Amino acid sequence: MTNHWIDIKNADAILIIGSNAAEHHPISFKWVLEAKDKGAVVMHVDPKFSRTSARSDFHVPLRSGTDIAFMGGMVNYILEKNRFFKDYVVNYTNAALIVGEGFDFKDGLFSGYDPATRKYDLSKWKFEVDANGVPKSDPSLKHPRCVFNLLKKHYERYNLDNVSKVTGVSKDNLLKVYDAFSATGKPDKAGTVMYALGWTQHTVGTQNIRTAGIVQLLLGNIGIAGGGINALRGEPNVQGSTDHAILYHIVPGYLGMPTAAWQTLEEYNKANTPVSKDPKSANWWSNKPKYMASLLKGWYGDKATKENDFCYSLVPKLEPGKDYSYMFCFDRMYKGGMKGGFIFGLNPMNTLANTNKVRKALDKLDWLVCSDLHHSETTDNWRRPGVDPKSVKTEVFLLPSAHRIEKEGSVTNSGRWLLWHYKAIDPEGQARPFGNMIVPLMSKVRELYAKDGGVLPEAVLSVDWPKTYDCNEMAKKVNGVFTADTKVGEKTYTKGQLVPSFAALQADGSTSSLNWLYCGSYTEEGGNLAKRRDARQTPMQERIGLYPNWAWCWPVNRRILYNRASVDPNGKPWNPAKTVIAWEDGKWVGDVPDGGWAPMADEKGKYPFIMHTHGVGQLYGPGRLDGPFSEHYEPVETPLASHPFSKQLSSPVYKFADSDMDLLAKPADPKYPIVLTTYNLTEHWCGGGETRNVPNLLEAEPQLYIEMSQELAKEKGIKNGDPVIVESIRGRVEAIAMVTIRVVPFKVMGKTVHLVGMPFAFGWTNKGCGDSTNRLTPSVADPNTTIYELKACQVNVRKADKVTELKL
Amino acid sequence: MSKTIFIDTSRCTACRGCQLACKEWYELPANITLQKGSHQNPPDLNPNNYKLVRFFEHKIDGVVRWFFFPDQCRHCVNPPCKMVGDSYVDGALAQDEATGAVYVTPKAAQLTAEQGEDVRQACPYDIPRLNAEGKLTKCSMCFERITNGKLPACVAACPTGTMNFGERSAMLALAEKRLLDVKKEFPNAMLANPDDVNVIFLLQEQPGRYHTTAVAEAVPAGYSRKSLLASLARPLKAMARELT
Repeated sequence: MTNHWIDIKNADAILIIGSNAAEHHPISFKWVLEAKDKGAVVMHVDPKFSRTSARSDFHVPLRSGTDIAFMGGMVNYILEKNRFFKDYVVNYTNAALIVGEGFDFKDGLFSGYDPATRKYDLSKWKFEVDANGVPKSDPSLKHPRCVFNLLKKHYERYNLDNVSKVTGVSKDNLLKVYDAFSATGKPDKAGTVMYALGWTQHTVGTQNIRTAGIVQLLLGNIGIAGGGINALRGEPNVQGSTDHAILYHIVPGYLGMPTAAWQTLEEYNKANTPVSKDPKSANWWSNKPKYMASLLKGWYGDKATKENDFCYSLVPKLEPGKDYSYMFCFDRMYKGGMKGGFIFGLNPMNTLANTNKVRKALDKLDWLVCSDLHHSETTDNWRRPGVDPKSVKTEVFLLPSAHRIEKEGSVTNSGRWLLWHYKAIDPEGQARPFGNMIVPLMSKVRELYAKDGGVLPEAVLSVDWPKTYDCNEMAKKVNGVFTADTKVGEKTYTKGQLVPSFAALQADGSTSSLNWLYCGSYTEEGGNLAKRRDARQTPMQERIGLYPNWAWCWPVNRRILYNRASVDPNGKPWNPAKTVIAWEDGKWVGDVPDGGWAPMADEKGKYPFIMHTHGVGQLYGPGRLDGPFSEHYEPVETPLASHPFSKQLSSPVYKFADSDMDLLAKPADPKYPIVLTTYNLTEHWCGGGETRNVPNLLEAEPQLYIEMSQELAKEKGIKNGDPVIVESIRGRVEAIAMVTIRVVPFKVMGKTVHLVGMPFAFGWTNKGCGDSTNRLTPSVADPNTTIYELKACQVNVRKADKVTELKL
Repeated sequence: MSKTIFIDTSRCTACRGCQLACKEWYELPANITLQKGSHQNPPDLNPNNYKLVRFFEHKIDGVVRWFFFPDQCRHCVNPPCKMVGDSYVDGALAQDEATGAVYVTPKAAQLTAEQGEDVRQACPYDIPRLNAEGKLTKCSMCFERITNGKLPACVAACPTGTMNFGERSAMLALAEKRLLDVKKEFPNAMLANPDDVNVIFLLQEQPGRYHTTAVAEAVPAGYSRKSLLASLARPLKAMARELT
């Protein structure tokens, strides 16, 4: 989230799209309803009417996979009706920057596309720069190649006719949302976008969110109270695990994972550190070498010296350009390219796409170590229905894991708040927290390397490894310490003392930090700030519910990101009633500002979007792999053979796996005419591995269901409560029909398109409750993130004569 | 003045936190349930569920409405269940003067299954249930919790302000205030039998859009039709006690 949970209450308009917030983030609705009480309009745009819709002012049904068309229509509406916040757009976004002549867009393709590699040459999309390397700009917004005019031209195709035809949303409903939300394009109004996996899990997932970014920048809704783009993270600590680099392409703090192309730290820094020649651009990522050096010091301790590049050479390196994400990882496993591995605390045999394939892939391993609370479809894959355990060669080790209430530690919530939690009860039996598994396990590996040697033993032996796992000590290491006596401002810190803020981190090895974003969370002065439970705030902070003394928030306890955009160039709040920060008597008050420099108009002032090289919000985003603007493409499996936006039916650069089990239905395939979208539900969590083992939750949601319209049910002769068979080209799933007025058929390109929705939380280890919905979904993915397209594929449905997966 | 639970259904997201918190507080075992084409599960109140969120979907003037009704004992001001129960076994049910909580006492074990069924029949809101041993079960307003300074489990679990607990006067004031707000969008909004019960529901639409026993049927003050009928079948002694 750019903002945080409580801040939702400050919104005047709330657009919930790609999310079922009330069901999956129940607490969020405490704040949504508080905003509604004060007169905010709450809109839910989603394929089905859910518990979120029930508490919104209105629900707008949208065909799954058409969010860019829907939001692109809003961009067009805002520009056409002059609803944008002009001062904000001109000063704080790249609207005025001039794009180079290399950029072009024709019939669904941006310039630089190579059909052979299915990749774009991103260098075609660069800005035009002056002699100093600073992008040229035209604040009058008249230049034909300035971002503003390219934006206008790009989205003019997103008129009500085209958008309505593709999305299945009536023009009335489109206008209702566009009008209500764009009303926040005023200095004293705020609109927030709440999204979740309903936006990310598409082959255009990144661009779904980009489109929201464009809308929010046009309306001046970023950086302000009640605004922002708010990704609702589902697992209590998914924000924290992302920050600490659960994904393969980054190391902690969103630093790029080293690749074989960068053999020295210097090469790494050169390739990863952006340069700006504009004195008004803070270009915060120019500090990256300090964060990387501190991370290496954190990893390798005293072994990391300036002379040995802080052990950079010992860090494992990826093949440049190779994708190591789940989809390709399991594809390689399926093709026999992997011998063994660890699966800790997740249930990919239920949650990944095309689970028939990934279940077979797991059989190819010689050994597998799982750690979980319960037996799951993953831990017990070797004895799944239809498989003779004797035929599976994998040796499986199951390590019993402690539940999160059985251990102490931190979680980082969606609003980036670092919250300490305490152990309520001891783990049962031999169950342990992950830290207590990993630390001794690695210690044993280190012993073996020390004794027996091996290939590059120093990579393992040089690591500064603790003897035992202690979450408090780990939290200190995450924050970071001085490795030599250092003076920061007036204060001198001695070797071993905690670094007070990431501004004090250095590239010379004098500091360590396992994650620069968390530097300042554990200090000599305040101790472990994640433990703070102090509700005090100044009257200004109280007006927006900022709670700066409650827990701690990255970065540097800043509660609202990009908050320098909440004031005019002189530091005066756009909306004094909901001040986030204000420049008063030569200093900032309110939230921790996005950098302490004077306001932008000041000689020493800086642009507000300090994480972007050019310091301004990116209406035009030349860094993504699928285009600097978003563009509507159909899901890879689609009920349509064409759409009115271009001849390019699906994303030209989506990623896919290509094994014999990765079949795809062709566009508008009459065998699979129905759109399937998948989701979760309040009562179960993700793949259900934990919650299906909580009897009270299973009582409330016991079995796999499929929500469908009355019209489709009638067409198929299905009655409410009937068992049905759902089939895609990849698999077959049994479910109980839930026939409901909450799902409606869509009118798309002149024809009726039906949509069904299914949760993915059920699995065979709970007998009779159904099995993985993801046996239906395809291994196709977003080009930027390689997240699967789990939210839209094509299926057919029929009444079942007989079922084996469901108890009736 | 008693305590009151005010249930503002206009804020309910049917997260079922209340339904589960209730089970956990009373340590009630889970039922084996099946998906029968509705999110409402278990399908009805039962000896293992004193609290159940009911789901009702309607299309009203072309607009889909999904109403949630976190059903539970209303802790009536003049509880017919207690009247009927006491007529068989004095003190089978109790009403706490300070809180207004109506609860089943250990003496209820002396009720025969038939008598227990009479108690159940007496409830205008169809709340009490008999377990396999014929024992009467229902919500006690978390009597042990509220008399030890804690909120009822269902209220403590609610994230949206649907479930509220406090002094009756304060809850009535809150209910009236919320009713005024909700009426702006839902002119048919109403409070369900606010004078007769200590668990007051705010409904967005007419009660017919919700559960059949969302409100008690109109009968002489202090009685429901069922309790009136039940009372006719009871011994004269009990009737005499009731009429004094």
